[in-house]
Amino acid sequence: MTMKIPMCKVSLAAVMAAGSVLAQVPEIAYDSTPNLLKLPDHIYLGEAAGVATTSKGNILVYTRTGGVATTGASRWFTHGGSRLFEFDSNGKYMREIGQGVYGFLFAQAVKVDPQDNIWVVDRGSNMVLKFDPAGRMAMTLSRKPESVNLGGGGGGGARAVPGDNFVRPTDVAWDAAGNIFVADGGNSRVVKLDKSGTYVKAWGSKGTEPGQFSTPHSLAVDAQGNVYVADPGNKRIQVFDNDGAFKNQLSNLGAPWAICISPGAHPFLFSSNSNATDSMDNGEIYKMQLDGTVLGKFGQAGKLLKEFGTVNEMDCRNPNTLIVGELTNWRVQKLSLH
Amino acid sequence: MRTGRISTFAVALLCALPAFAQANLTPAQLKARAKAQDVPEIPFDSVPNFLKMPPNLFLGEGIGVATNSKGHVFVYTRSQLTRLFEFDQKGNFVREIGEGLYGFAFAHAVRVDPQDNIWCVDEGSNMVIKFNPEGRVVMVLGRRPEPSDATGTAPPASPATQPGKYTFDRPTDVAWDASGNIFVSDGYGNSRVVKYDKNGKFIAQVGTKGAGQGQLNLPHTIAVDAKGNVYAGDRSNARIEVFDNDLVFKAIYDKTGAPWAVCITPGPHQYLYTSNSNPDSNSSEMNAVTGEIYKMELDGTILGKFGSAGKQVGKFSTVHEIDCRNPNELLVSEITAWRVQKIVLHPSGK
Repeated sequence: MTMKIPMCKVSLAAVMAAGSVLAQVPEIAYDSTPNLLKLPDHIYLGEAAGVATTSKGNILVYTRTGGVATTGASRWFTHGGSRLFEFDSNGKYMREIGQGVYGFLFAQAVKVDPQDNIWVVDRGSNMVLKFDPAGRMAMTLSRKPESVNLGGGGGGGARAVPGDNFVRPTDVAWDAAGNIFVADGGNSRVVKLDKSGTYVKAWGSKGTEPGQFSTPHSLAVDAQGNVYVADPGNKRIQVFDNDGAFKNQLSNLGAPWAICISPGAHPFLFSSNSNATDSMDNGEIYKMQLDGTVLGKFGQAGKLLKEFGTVNEMDCRNPNTLIVGELTNWRVQKLSLH
Repeated sequence: MRTGRISTFAVALLCALPAFAQANLTPAQLKARAKAQDVPEIPFDSVPNFLKMPPNLFLGEGIGVATNSKGHVFVYTRSQLTRLFEFDQKGNFVREIGEGLYGFAFAHAVRVDPQDNIWCVDEGSNMVIKFNPEGRVVMVLGRRPEPSDATGTAPPASPATQPGKYTFDRPTDVAWDASGNIFVSDGYGNSRVVKYDKNGKFIAQVGTKGAGQGQLNLPHTIAVDAKGNVYAGDRSNARIEVFDNDLVFKAIYDKTGAPWAVCITPGPHQYLYTSNSNPDSNSSEMNAVTGEIYKMELDGTILGKFGSAGKQVGKFSTVHEIDCRNPNELLVSEITAWRVQKIVLHPSGK
């Protein structure tokens, strides 16, 4: 028994050595399209929390624009706070979707499924909303709290009840059969629902062990149905099979805030080591094979074109043309990788 | 200009002022009154009805005012929402900028840089927002706090023990040096001045809360001269602190009351204006001994003063920002009168 302790120390040193090797990851050359999104008069982006593309290449942006609270007795009722815009692939403004929708409070993510349905994840209302391609409401998951008590705490409605409901959800993805996977950030778990929205199972709890999470912040599903969960608080991406059995973890990538798996015969995994909102450290994005082999990296934190201000979501429908949404630069960039 | 008619009024005002100076002052009045006394009066007019508001559009508290190189006037106001309006040189309404902006929560200051970019400092969202001359957002500093959690499971973070490099706590003002470095006075919550490079990267900061040399107690307004020296209006300490470009302490000017708003004129001979504004509490006791604006040399020499507290045209109701692009045509925004005045000075006395 006593002999095993020094063995552990050796393996820890080996892990740290691997981290220093990563500093020699090749740089991927890239450009960013200047002034990508052309906003109409009187429309402004706030924090560009969510970005996604449709099969036509249109760009969807789910942005934090500021909410309103109405007081009633000892409760606040919150409404507004986020907006969903669609642009064409060149950044020309097309339309707004879901004006005044009850669940738009604090934008977190937007994703487009293979049938071009648009899914919105809202961290304020705790909801995941599915719009059809025409922009009409098709399905709602979880429930917005009825109100906020002035002294703190929710005032009715869905709250921190593990089950079908979410607490500060962060992302959504689907497998080939249409099963829905939700990163349920506040509950430190992943929830699997079938394509009709019926709860199947959930896994995870708060912690550092395999299968545990510290703020699951982004997730992606590969063609085999494996589920990749960005676990930035633990500085790793965890990989699970389709039923939530832990397979392996990818580390030495900093704190993965946003991950994305490209479609097609040879998929790639992208992961952003986003700078914290009060820092200009880090910010680089890694390109990997699905097994975690790092192919290259690009970018750093900053406010100039090609620099990143806390990337919160990435779209990689085209693995050489990424769309990234930034929190602290209130901006969406289109990156061409060379 | 229309000097003849109103300067008669100004002279009458001048004659009335010594009566205040001679009155018996309360301890609070003695504290609020500027140390500098017997300062020469600068005659001035106020252009009546300068800003023409369109129907159904109203200013709220006149918090921020600034002009661009064309003389257009930008007003940052607290109305039902915090809003930014642009007017032309004659005060005609041109447009609104930033409707519904995520960073517009509670206006504090607006400034225009030498490239005519428009910068708003928002005390509610804790942000400094840079618009290009077309009115589109091109850079933001600071970050609006995330809303408190509706579930009650994650209470808002308690204030950081160390102010962050890239977050503010009720920031108040912004200024630039000749090479584009950005200086932010921060503010009600943090007692410091922060320097960033022109691309928003943190360089340095100065100040902790206190009354000592180099400390600050409510840095409320800030200006930078052509050499890059930084003048911070240290309102609750009733003094202006001067720092060099690296934020090393240089001097204190403490004779001109509580600096609510400071402004430095451009050009080869720069002047410093500072407003010892009457408090926003609408206290007639305080109004009797505050409200005047001083004109100074950059070294602190007082050249003159003008104005006094009041609601009439030509009086000041808690001046909150001064634009002095033209040293003899100031624009002043006022909190408690919900207005902006254009003030024409006649420093030679004619």
